[in-house]
This record gives sequence, C-alpha cells and structure tokens, in this order.
Amino acid sequence: MERKKKLSNLLYSQKIAPYFFVLPFLLSFAIFFAYPVFSTVVMSFQEVLPGQVTFIGLENYKDLWNPTFLKSLKNSTVYTALTLCVLIPIPLLLAVFLNSKIMVAKNFFRSIIFIPALTSVVVAGIIFRLIFGGQEGALLNSIIGIFGFEPKAWLNNAGLSMFALVILATWKWMGINLLYFLAGLQNIPRELYEAADVDGASTWKKFTNVTVPLLKPITIYVFTISIYGGYSMFAESYMLYGNNNSPNDMGLTIVGYLYRNGIEQNNLGFGSAVGITLLVLTFVITLVQLSLSGMFKKEE
Amino acid sequence: MKKHLFVLISIILVFSMFLAACSGNKASTDGDKESGGKGTKLELWTFNELHGKYYDFMVKEWNKENPDKQINLTANVYPYDDMHNKLLVAIQSGKGAPDIADIEVTKFPNYLKGQPQLLPLNDVVEPEKENIVQSRLDIYAKDGNYYGIDFHVGASVIYYNKEILDKAGVNPDDIKTWDDYAKAGKVVLEKTGVPMTTLETADHWSLWPQVAQLEGSDDLIDAKGDPNLDDPKILEILKYQQNLIEEGIAVTTPGNNHHSEEYYGFMNNGGAASVWMPMWYMGRFTDYMPDLKNKIVIKPMPAWEEGGPRSAGMGGTGTAVTTQSENPDLAKEFIAFAKLSKEGNIQLWKQLGFDPPRTEVWDMPELKEENKFTEYFGTDIFDTLIEVKDEIEGVNINENTPKVTDILNTQVLFRTLVDGEDPEKVLKEASEQLK
Repeated sequence: MERKKKLSNLLYSQKIAPYFFVLPFLLSFAIFFAYPVFSTVVMSFQEVLPGQVTFIGLENYKDLWNPTFLKSLKNSTVYTALTLCVLIPIPLLLAVFLNSKIMVAKNFFRSIIFIPALTSVVVAGIIFRLIFGGQEGALLNSIIGIFGFEPKAWLNNAGLSMFALVILATWKWMGINLLYFLAGLQNIPRELYEAADVDGASTWKKFTNVTVPLLKPITIYVFTISIYGGYSMFAESYMLYGNNNSPNDMGLTIVGYLYRNGIEQNNLGFGSAVGITLLVLTFVITLVQLSLSGMFKKEE
Repeated sequence: MKKHLFVLISIILVFSMFLAACSGNKASTDGDKESGGKGTKLELWTFNELHGKYYDFMVKEWNKENPDKQINLTANVYPYDDMHNKLLVAIQSGKGAPDIADIEVTKFPNYLKGQPQLLPLNDVVEPEKENIVQSRLDIYAKDGNYYGIDFHVGASVIYYNKEILDKAGVNPDDIKTWDDYAKAGKVVLEKTGVPMTTLETADHWSLWPQVAQLEGSDDLIDAKGDPNLDDPKILEILKYQQNLIEEGIAVTTPGNNHHSEEYYGFMNNGGAASVWMPMWYMGRFTDYMPDLKNKIVIKPMPAWEEGGPRSAGMGGTGTAVTTQSENPDLAKEFIAFAKLSKEGNIQLWKQLGFDPPRTEVWDMPELKEENKFTEYFGTDIFDTLIEVKDEIEGVNINENTPKVTDILNTQVLFRTLVDGEDPEKVLKEASEQLK
C-alpha cells in the first residue's frame, strides 16, 4: 500500500510526471534512431567484416567517388526533381477541383485517387513491370500499337524507364498529396473568397491570389516530404526491375547503391558511408529549400 | 463496473497483440514442414522450395539408417534475396543463424570475408574427395578449407531446338567450334528467319560459360584472384557475341535474362534455335517451356578451337554449417550424407534433375530410369555429360566475384550488346572501376 502511494505520488508530481510520460518516446528515439545513426557514423570510417573491424579513416568516403555512385546520385536527383514537378501542381489543382462546390461525385473521385496509396509498392511494382513490358503484347505496347507506334522496350531505355518510375510514383502518391492539399483548402476562411467575389475577382485571380498563398505552409510541407521521398526511393525501382540490378544501372538509386554494397556485398562500412552521404545530402537540400521559401524568417 | 470491464478488455487486447507479435516468427516456421520424430533439432535455411523438400526427404532416409542419431530437421524456405540478407545479418551480428544454410555460389564469397563464420567441412569432404568433381569443391574454399558442399556440377551444355535445325538442314553434331556455330547460325537465320540464339544482357549465363570454358586457369577472376576483365581473351569473346548480334544470328534475350517470363514465352514459341546454359537449366524447360518437349537435344558446347574444352561448371549452391550451430558435427554428417554420399547423389538427380557432383554415379542404372527429364529430353542425357567429363573447366570464385558479376550484369553486357558500344572501351572502364 505504502509503495503504491509512492508511485502515484510520483505520477502526480508536476516535476517528474512530464519526464515519465515522455520517457517512452525518448527511449525509442535513443534506441531506434540516435544509437543507429551514431553507430552508422562510426561504421562509415571502418571496414566491417565478421570478426575483423578496422578503422580505415576516410577510405570509404574516397571510394564513393566512382561512376556507379555518381550515376545513382544522378538518377535519384532526376527522379526527385521530376516527381516534384508532377506531384505538387497536379494534386494542388485536383484538390481545388475536388473542393469546389460544383464538382460532382467528389467522394468517389477522392477515394479513387487515394486507393493507390493503400496498395503495397511490391504489388504495384509488379503490375507496372507487366504494363511496361517490352513485348508487343504488353499492355502499354498494345495501346500505343493502336495508334501505329512501334513497340518500345520501356524498361531498357534510360529515358523511358525514368518515365515509368515517375508514372508509378505519380499513381501511388497523388492521393496522399491531394489529401494534404484538401486539408489545407478547408482551412482557408470562406470570407476571403466572398470578399474577392465582392471585388469582382475572376476564378483564376481567386486561385492565384487567395488559394495559392494561403496554401503555402502546406505546399512547403509537401515539398519537403517529397524531396525526402524522392531521394529515399528504392522499392519502386527494385520491384520494377525484379531486383536491384537494372540494365546499365538506369534504375539504380542511392538507397539501391547502399543496399548493393552494404547488404548484397557484405560491405557494411562502405554502405554506412553511402547512408551518411544520403543523410547529409537530403538535410542540406531541405535546409536550402526551407530557407529559400522563407521558413526561417521571423513571422511578420 | 463498465469501466473495469473496459480496462480488462483493453488489457487483454494489448496482451494478445503483444503475444501475436512475439509468436509471429514461430507461426511462420510452423508453416514449413518439420520432419517429425524426436531427435536432435537442426535448423536449415534455403532459398529454393525444391531444396527444402529434398532435405526433408533425406532426413527421413538418415533417420532410417541412423536410429541412434535421429535428426529433427526444420527446413525453412525464404525468398532468394531475403535468405541471403537475413543470413548475412545473423552472421554479422553473431546471433540467430541456423545450423545449416544453402548459399548461392555468387553470394558465397560474401560469407567468407574476414574470419569465415562458417565451419570448415574438411573432415567430411576429404574422405570423398576423389569421387567429387574437384572444381566444385574449390569454389567454396578459402585458405585450404572447404566451407560448402554443392548440389551439382552445373556442366554447361547447349540446348538445340532440333525442329528448327532440321528445317534449316543443320546437324548439331557438325558444330564443333564457336566458328561453326556462327556459320550454322547464319544458315538457320537465312532458311528459317529465326535467330540461332539469345544473349543475356542483365545476367552472366551467356558470357561466363564461354569465358570459363577457355583452357587454362584464368576466368573472370585470374589465377591470382584479381578481376580479369582486361584479359584480351574476354574481349575476343565479347566481340564474338557483339558480332552475333550485329549479324542477327543472336538477339538480346527478351526480359534481359534466361530466367524471365518473357524469355520462357519467346523460346517456347520457337523464338530461337538454341541456348547455352548449365545442366541445371533442364528444369526450366520441363516446367516453363512445355511445348518444346521432345524437340530439344542436349549437346556439349562448341569449343573455341577444335579439341578444346567444351564445358564449364557453372552456378551452384554451397551448403554450409555456421559457427553458431550447437550440433556442428551432426550437421556436417547430415549434409555429407545428403549431398556427398552415393545414395544422396542418385537422389539429387531423381528429385532435382541435377548432374550430381559425384561422377561415378553418372552411368549407374538409376540415372537411366524414367523421370520427367528423360521424358522431355530422351534417355541419353548423361551420355553427353560422360562425353565431356574431363573437359568441364572450373571457375575461380573469390571475394571479387560478386563485384565482377555485378558489373557485368549491370553495365558491360548491356552497353556492348544493346547499346552497341565498343567492347574494348567498356571492358577497360569496367576493370578500372574494379580496381
């Protein structure tokens, strides 16, 4: 009884209780994030072999300067840039349409666009592999065949395979981004539009002068997660090609390169160096993007 | 009261979720077959369902013959990449590895890096060494220790579509060298409009056997163990392949490799007149290209020059015992029984259609018995093998192998055969990357 009282006293103590309740987060953060990141940093300066771990200084980082890594860097960057070009404006526009009063069957379209986000990347990747197959009878080739085009080896051509990857990303993530924008749109006070109406603003003016500026925080958020999502893409390319090896590495991403070296070739030290490079890269890009968009400026 | 009930239900829910999470692993192992009976528990990981079934069968045989040393084997089958990665992590971390594991040959060197976390199998291998194709032991060796036991010799052969060759009036027995092959290919193309063969652009089974069958100890890796892509002989072979493509004698493989659905469909419809692959590829014909039944003949590969070697041992799966095994001696004895013994080798053919590593069984009557392979290819499969018995060149496998095959699969083959780049330049760039 005495003990129980002590415990409950502890829980009700204003000083200790907050720490107690934050503890699970702190612990899981420390165990599952801080510790792994720390040991990855250490490992990136080591050659890690079973039973033999040796410090080799910056050797792993020096080895990064090779055509394959640069290619994966290029692929990831192009992919990220293209997905940003597609996955910000289109969901934004769609959200505006789906939010408007005159749109019919709103909920139907909302769910249609959102369903792909619930599909596993593995399933989607396999289906897209079949759609983008190289034979005449594959879905896309038979469609373009109707219009008199020659069948194309979609996944064997650098440009076309990137197109396939971006289409897959668009199909899959459109719904999620749309949802963010919809939520943002519903937070814009209706009075602003009414005021614009009174001033005689056109629909386009209302969109550019009211909707877009007020959606800025949401846009910045979507932008940030899309950058991260683009650079960390792995499963899509893995599934599209059936494994981590694509012809001429045209589908190789940074994470794919990490996986190839760290896991497939048992070179965890080098893999760690790739991972740390990716971490620093996304961190820098996000910081630049956030400061350009004025996130760090003081509120006026 | 209601509140209490609610709390109780929540606790039960949370608890049962917790239990479900903990037992996840157990449930998945229960799904796999355990060969019943009491005895020492051994766990085995493999990436091939047929291998799993084979072990289940062999453990029953073992238990019949060794009543005093019963084994209770759990054979877990995981997908190829999953299993290798899981095993690598278990071995790296020193926890959770099974007693026995099947490791594919191009992955094997990864597990020999540093201090091998696999046990040397010399005590069971050495007594049988004379009967086994030596090169199949060497590919799993490091510093004089053997760490893996293979399923098969993997002798490369060439599978001709007799129907197409007959139409073109070509007799496969007249094709002695790769030059003859190219000439015959031209005839086939002219008379039937069908390419003679397909070349892989994202896997190494078209190039590697041609390199390995060269006389001498150099291979994709040279005798010293260094990557050998700048070898002029490899350049010649790549040029030969590029030439086949340019003349239309060969086409690049639909789906980029000989294990893709696209290729199976293409070949099944008579898309090409031949393909060179190891013996273990027979199963793909029987299972995925049923329309070619009785149309395929198996011949030794052409030689680079008359009288030269006509085959090479390709691919393989080394079965290894990990240092984490609690019963290493029993595990070793069992895999020796399953894969080195005469009985085991006969079963390797009967159950899996593999050319067993123990050569003395090749002409035994058990290997002439009818099965799905003899029905498909005829009964003289092993005559071809016996014919080239002494011409099966070995390959060099070491820590560089995964890197070398990787660069072939992702860059060299595609750039030379699809994009038509200069093989010399591509090979030079590749060897620089490997340094």
